[in-house]
Amino acid sequence: MDELTITINGMDRELVVDERTTLLDLLREELGLTGAKKGCDQGQCGACTVLLDGRRVLSCMALAIAQDGREVVTIEGLAQDGELHPLQEAFVAHDALQCGYCTPGQICSGVAMLAEAGEGWPSAVTAELTGDGPVALDEREIRERMSGNLCRCGAYVNIVAAVRAVSG
Amino acid sequence: MSTTVRPLSVGASLERADARLKVTGEARYAYEYPVEGVAYAALVQATVACGAVESIDTSAALALPGVIAVISHENALALEPVEDAELAVLQSPRVAYRGQIVGAVIAERIEVAREAAALVEVGYAPEVHDVVLRDDHPRLRRPETVLGSPADTDEGDIEGALAGAAVTVDERYTTPAVHTNPMEPHATLALWDGDSVTIYEASQFAAGAQAIVAEAFALPPANVRVIASHVGGGFGAKGYPRPPMFVAVMAAKLCGRPVKIALTRRQMFPIAGYRTPTAQRVRLAADSQGQLLAVGHDAFVQTSRVSEFVEPVAFDARSLYRAENRATSHRVVDLDVPSPGFVRGPGHVPGSFGLESAMDELAERLGIDPIELRIRNEPDIDQESGLPYSSRSLVACLREGAERFGWPRPRRREGGWLIGSGVAAGSFPCFQMASSAIARAETSGRYTVKIDATDIGTGARTVLAQIAADELDAPYELVDIELGDSRLPYAIGAFGSMGTASWGHAVVDACRALKARLEEYEEIPEEGLEASADTTEALEAPKQYSSSAYGAHFAEVRVDAVTGEVRVSELLGMFGAGRIISPPLARSQMLGGMTWGIGAALLEESLLDARFGDYVNSDFAAYHIASCADVERLEVGWVAEDDPHVNPMGSKGIGELGHVGVAAAIANGVYAATGVRIRDLPITPDKLLPRI
Repeated sequence: MDELTITINGMDRELVVDERTTLLDLLREELGLTGAKKGCDQGQCGACTVLLDGRRVLSCMALAIAQDGREVVTIEGLAQDGELHPLQEAFVAHDALQCGYCTPGQICSGVAMLAEAGEGWPSAVTAELTGDGPVALDEREIRERMSGNLCRCGAYVNIVAAVRAVSG
Repeated sequence: MSTTVRPLSVGASLERADARLKVTGEARYAYEYPVEGVAYAALVQATVACGAVESIDTSAALALPGVIAVISHENALALEPVEDAELAVLQSPRVAYRGQIVGAVIAERIEVAREAAALVEVGYAPEVHDVVLRDDHPRLRRPETVLGSPADTDEGDIEGALAGAAVTVDERYTTPAVHTNPMEPHATLALWDGDSVTIYEASQFAAGAQAIVAEAFALPPANVRVIASHVGGGFGAKGYPRPPMFVAVMAAKLCGRPVKIALTRRQMFPIAGYRTPTAQRVRLAADSQGQLLAVGHDAFVQTSRVSEFVEPVAFDARSLYRAENRATSHRVVDLDVPSPGFVRGPGHVPGSFGLESAMDELAERLGIDPIELRIRNEPDIDQESGLPYSSRSLVACLREGAERFGWPRPRRREGGWLIGSGVAAGSFPCFQMASSAIARAETSGRYTVKIDATDIGTGARTVLAQIAADELDAPYELVDIELGDSRLPYAIGAFGSMGTASWGHAVVDACRALKARLEEYEEIPEEGLEASADTTEALEAPKQYSSSAYGAHFAEVRVDAVTGEVRVSELLGMFGAGRIISPPLARSQMLGGMTWGIGAALLEESLLDARFGDYVNSDFAAYHIASCADVERLEVGWVAEDDPHVNPMGSKGIGELGHVGVAAAIANGVYAATGVRIRDLPITPDKLLPRI
């Protein structure tokens, strides 16, 4: 067991954790933040996606103890002052979910992905690799960039529509 | 004129009732209920496919700090036998398949449980295993029934018709084993209180799980409560209890504290059910005008040594098209493999790949458009049952779909892409099973409907409120639905595309009874007013009609001439499924089924290693379900269908329909694009490229 200082959804936490505990199990089993889901526990499905210092990470592949001093935002922390994040609203409006199990990961992934594109990060399908402005997110870009988050219900068409609505 | 008519809830595009809970992470799934003092279970699994456990050394596991117990057949709770022998968990040293549960570790922490499970040393007396399905397997047998229907049918003289026909098709089609893989792995949280147990379960059928647990643990059913409030997908895999549920319930009893378990993704492959691989022989005979003379469909499937499940592969062929001579058969072989079970679109999905590919081949040999061929063979009545159809919209789906898609689209080439289009039909029967419900009027002016339905993502919370609102003549917003708890009025599970039909019927009846009671009162009494209904009697009447939902899929397929990669650039599904209660949620369901279809056609295949006797590509890195990038333009269309006979809502099941026929439409599109007929799913570059 070891000490860990971490900020979760804006709250500073001083924790004692087992060195084997993943960030996902810390959130779900120790802190009661069950919004991040365990779909595969080996970094292949994206259901556990959270924001770590603003970037999307697979929390099942991150050891909790290695996140000392960092800031985590989970699906529970996306709403501000009782207002859902625009992407959460868009998922509702476009019925971009069915069983809901992959949904928190999809939304966290989408929020970070919008930021990545805004900062000009290319994807495997980005034609222009030399530009320094934001990448325009057409459907192909969104599909490519959201492919780390699996959805067995098959809500992809609506997920893409929801992300597109927010990407403006 | 200023008459205001309140828009009806049924048919309205309302927001999914639990959408906000799901986008905020507040929806709780089985594993996630906070429980004081919960212990974690991790499984020990057989590493041989056939044989017996000879020795179990638990000393290293038990020595690990935090381990509470190791359970095996040597110290397990004795269970009463139940019908599904899969559930005789840890009752004997026999091993029936690789990956079967032979032990479980209970520990204070999840990390400890997993580490300790790896430390349990199990010795086996292995026996020679037999794990490969072949259509000439010497132990193939005719099952007594296939899901309660005859295994074989034989009308007329199929051999004679084939011998004398102008045009015939006689081909072999194969589909691989596919795994259900809901995103939420099977999970159970069990809490005992004396002789009563509460179980939070990833289940499609809480009441079914309750009954089986009560039987196996020798408890009165009232002492077993199963709660399945939110379920992360099921697709058939969570229809009935799977072995890990019994591990958790047993361990919680033995350890005297709450225990929870969730399968790992890898454990889902041997333990959580899958669709059998199939081999199919499809024979069609037609006259020169495209009139079908004979339809033959023979299926070969596998089941396990512990439980019989026979995939109803050839059911579609019994009534989809009109032909005087029809014969179908199912043969099954018991192998030392994990137990197959229901997977979305059971029977119809693999069967339609064979039948609808063969129809495409027949159309080509006849020189008739494949849509025209199907229309020419539209039956007047259901030839299988002799009953008239309550409604049947296959022709409308084909015609309206063709118009919308712009069928036929000529084959073309764009750069390195060979582009072609394919069409296929699909159908799924309308089942309904007895269910009950309570409707309550509260003094607050709100209504509560109680029913042990489950919402596995299909939208039961939404559509049942819509149905109740209309029956009660009340706004949708005033109706509260309580579901997903075996303490609520009994209802059948969320499977077989029968949820909304079965539950909706009970809700309609309960609401009508409540309305009748309300008329007796000036105002609602303080304790509220309620009425209940049970559809058991209503469903006992003999069937007057044959009812199915129908669809037609149109796929534009692109094949990379250099790499053999196949892309589905466009997929249109046209469906006739009665009254659509929630247009947006129904569309989501169909999109989901069609997305499964892309996976079935191009990606999904569980690979068995005959040396080990188990599926080896048992994770999402190696077992590919469709990802976001695999799904391009999907469209869903509905044909108007008014069916006054099928159920009080006039609705038909849609959970499976969207998946049935997609793979054939894509395979037919691949043929149109390349001239290569692939009769073995999935259509992967290694099969396609050498033949382009």
